[in-house]
Amino acid sequence: MATAAGELPKVAKGKKQEDVGQIPQWKLMVRRFSQSKLSVGALIVLGIMYTIMILSDFIAPYPHDVLDSNNAFAPPTQIVWGSEGPGIYGLKQELDMERFQWIYTPDTSVIYPIRFFVQGHEYSFLGLFPSRLHLFGVDAPPESNARIFLWGADKEGRDLFSRVLKGSQVSLTLGFFGVFLFVVIGSIVGTASGYFGGALDNLIQRLIELIRSFPDLPLYMALAAAVPLNVPITVRYFMITVVIAVIGWTGLAREVRGKVLAFRSADYTAAAMAAGASHWHIITHHLMPNAMSHIVVVGMLAIPGAIGLETALSFLGLGILPPAVSWGILLRDAQTVQAVVTYPWLLIPVALLIITVLAFNLLGDGVRDAVDPYA
Amino acid sequence: MDTAKKNGKSDEILLEVRGLKKHFPIQSGFLRRVTGYVKAVDGIDFYIKKGETLGLVGESGCGKSTTGRTILRLLDPTAGEVIFDDPNIGKVDLAKLNRSQLKRVRPNMQIIFQDPFSSLNPRLTVGQIVGEPLEIQKVASGQALRDRVAELLQEVGIRPENMTRYPHAFSGGQRQRIGIARALALNPKLIVCDEPVSALDVSIQAQVLNLLEDLQEKYDLTYLFVAHDLSVVEHISDRVAVMYVGYIVEMASTEDLYYHPKHPYTEALLAAIPKPDPRKRTRPIKLPGDVPSPANPPSGCYFHPRCRYAEDICKVERPPLRDIGGEHWVACHFAEKLQLQGVSRLNEIPLIELPKRQAPVPATTTATT
Repeated sequence: MATAAGELPKVAKGKKQEDVGQIPQWKLMVRRFSQSKLSVGALIVLGIMYTIMILSDFIAPYPHDVLDSNNAFAPPTQIVWGSEGPGIYGLKQELDMERFQWIYTPDTSVIYPIRFFVQGHEYSFLGLFPSRLHLFGVDAPPESNARIFLWGADKEGRDLFSRVLKGSQVSLTLGFFGVFLFVVIGSIVGTASGYFGGALDNLIQRLIELIRSFPDLPLYMALAAAVPLNVPITVRYFMITVVIAVIGWTGLAREVRGKVLAFRSADYTAAAMAAGASHWHIITHHLMPNAMSHIVVVGMLAIPGAIGLETALSFLGLGILPPAVSWGILLRDAQTVQAVVTYPWLLIPVALLIITVLAFNLLGDGVRDAVDPYA
Repeated sequence: MDTAKKNGKSDEILLEVRGLKKHFPIQSGFLRRVTGYVKAVDGIDFYIKKGETLGLVGESGCGKSTTGRTILRLLDPTAGEVIFDDPNIGKVDLAKLNRSQLKRVRPNMQIIFQDPFSSLNPRLTVGQIVGEPLEIQKVASGQALRDRVAELLQEVGIRPENMTRYPHAFSGGQRQRIGIARALALNPKLIVCDEPVSALDVSIQAQVLNLLEDLQEKYDLTYLFVAHDLSVVEHISDRVAVMYVGYIVEMASTEDLYYHPKHPYTEALLAAIPKPDPRKRTRPIKLPGDVPSPANPPSGCYFHPRCRYAEDICKVERPPLRDIGGEHWVACHFAEKLQLQGVSRLNEIPLIELPKRQAPVPATTTATT
C-alpha cells in the first residue's frame, strides 16, 4: 500500500496535466471571470485609466491651476504636420463683440513643433521625488501664445487635459479608498454581529437601522459641510473618504452578518469547534474566507456609486474644493447651457465619468458571476 | 452479532448522561422577549460503555442530533450532567467545563457529520481539513503534520496524494471518509456519528459502515450512532436507544430491542421497517395524529395521545426510564404487562455452522489457474 501510494504521485507529475481537484477556488473564479469578455474588457479599460492616473503628472503638459487669460475657452488645438514632425500653430485671440465670445484664429505663419520627453513645470512624481520631465510639450517662446490644449481650455484658460488628469487622482482614488474603508468596517462589524450574536448583535443592528433611517443625500451633505474648509487638501480628501464610508458600511455589515450566521452553523465550523478551535481560528479559517467573495462583489459594485458620490459632493461644492481639482469640479464648469452649446469640450469629464462607472459596473458583474465557480 | 465486537466491549462506562436538557428559547416581539421554549432534549439519561456502539434512533425532530451536539458541548446544555471518562484526566462533567478546560478534553471526543457537503470547508484542501484538529490542538506541524494526515487518509481509504485537492473534487462517499479521517485525527475515544450515512446511497452506506466498524475494532472506539434508519442501526449497534420528543423511551441491547420491544412507540417504529419478503408483509401500526411539538408537549407520557395501550395514568404521570431487568430500560407504565410485536426473525431456514477454513483462498489464484 505504501509503495503504491509512493509511486502514484510520480506518475501524476510525469503527466504534467493540471488536476482540476487541485485548483484553489480563487483560481476557478479567475478562470470563470476570464470567460466574460465584457468584464475583461472593462478590467483592461480600468487598468489603462489607473495607469494614466498614476502617470498623470508626467503626462500632463501644464500645471492644472495656472491661469492664462489669453486662452480662455480656447478650443482643442489643431495638430499639423510641420518640417520637424507634428506641431501646432499659435493662436490669435479676438473678442466677438456681438456674441461676447473669444474667437481664436490660428496664426499659420509659424509651426511650433511638439517635442516628447521635455522639461516643463516641476512636479512631485507620486509624491516621492521632484521631476521636471513631461511626456510632451510645445517648443515655443512664452510670448508666442502657442500652447497645446488637447481637450481645449476652460474659462480661465487652464488646459482641460491637464486638469482631467489631475482630477483623476482624486476621482479615481477617493471612491476606491472610501469603499475600501467601508468594506473593512462593514466586514468587521458584520462578522462580530453575526458570530457573537446576543446583545452585541442587537446593539449593532439597531445602530445600523438608526443610521439607515436618515435620508442619504442630506446626511452626506451635512457631514461634508461639517468638514472644515481651511484644512490641507490631503486632510480634506481623507475626511471626504470617511464621509463616503460612514453610511456605506451599514448595508455590507448586514449582508456579512447574514453570511456569517450561515457559515457559523455549517458543519465544518462545528468540526473546528469540536476540535477546540478559538474564536479567532474559526473567524479567520472558516468565516472570513467564505464571506470574502461576497464582500469583494459588494465592494466592486459599490465603487462606481462612491465615485459618483464624490463627484456629486464636489459638484455641489461640498467635496473637494478649488484650487484642487476633481472631476466633480470640472463638471461644475460644464453645467451651463452655454458650455454645452459653445464649449462642448468641457463635457469630456462627463464622458470619462460615464466610462469609469460603466467599466466598474461591468467588472463588478463579472466578479459577481465568477465568485460561484461551481454554479 | 459478530464476536469481535463483543470481545472489545467492557463493562466500564465511558460516557454517562444524566437528566440532560437542551431548551431553545422562542423569542418574539420587538424586545425579543422569551415566550416559550422548544424542548429539543428534555431530560434524557443513558450511558455508553467503552468500545461499544449505542444507536440513537427516532423520528426527525425528536432531538437525536441535538443530544449528540450537546454532549460534545457544541451546544450548551440547559441542565443535566454529561460525565465523560477522559483517559488522561479522569471522570469529568462536560456540562460544567469552561472553554479552556473543554479544549483539553476535546481531543478524546469527536464528531462525524451527516452532510458530506456542508461538513468540509470548500476553501481548504483535504490536507488542511484533516490536519486542522492537529493544528488547533498543536499536536503536530510541518512534515509531521503532513505525515499524520497522509496516514489518516490512508486509514479511511483515500489516497494520500489527494491531500492537495479541494473537497469539490470528491464524491459524497469520499467526502464522508475525509470527515471520518478528520474525526480520527486526535485519536479520540468517543465519536458521535451524527447520521453519518443517511446522505449516502445504499452501496456507499455499506462501505462507510464497514469502515466505521473496522476503525472501531482497530482503535477501540466508542460510538454514539445517531440515525433514523433502523436497519443501519441494527447492523452497527450493540445497544439501541429510542427517542421520542426529547426523551428516551427505551434502551436495550440491539437484539432485545428489535425482537422484544417493551415500549409501544418502539413497536410502531419496528413495524414500519420494510419487509424483504412481500408474503411476510405485516400491516404497519398506524399511529393516530402527529408527533407533538417539542415546544408544547402533551401532559404525562408524551406518547399517550397516540398510544393504543394508553390508560388514564399515562395522561397524568410521565413514566421514568427504568430497568426492567437485563439492562432493558423502558419509560412506560405498563412495560411488564404489554405483549408487543418485534421484528420477525429470519431463522426459518436452518443455518449451517461451517467449520473454519484454515487459510482463505485468494480470489486471484483461482482466476489464474
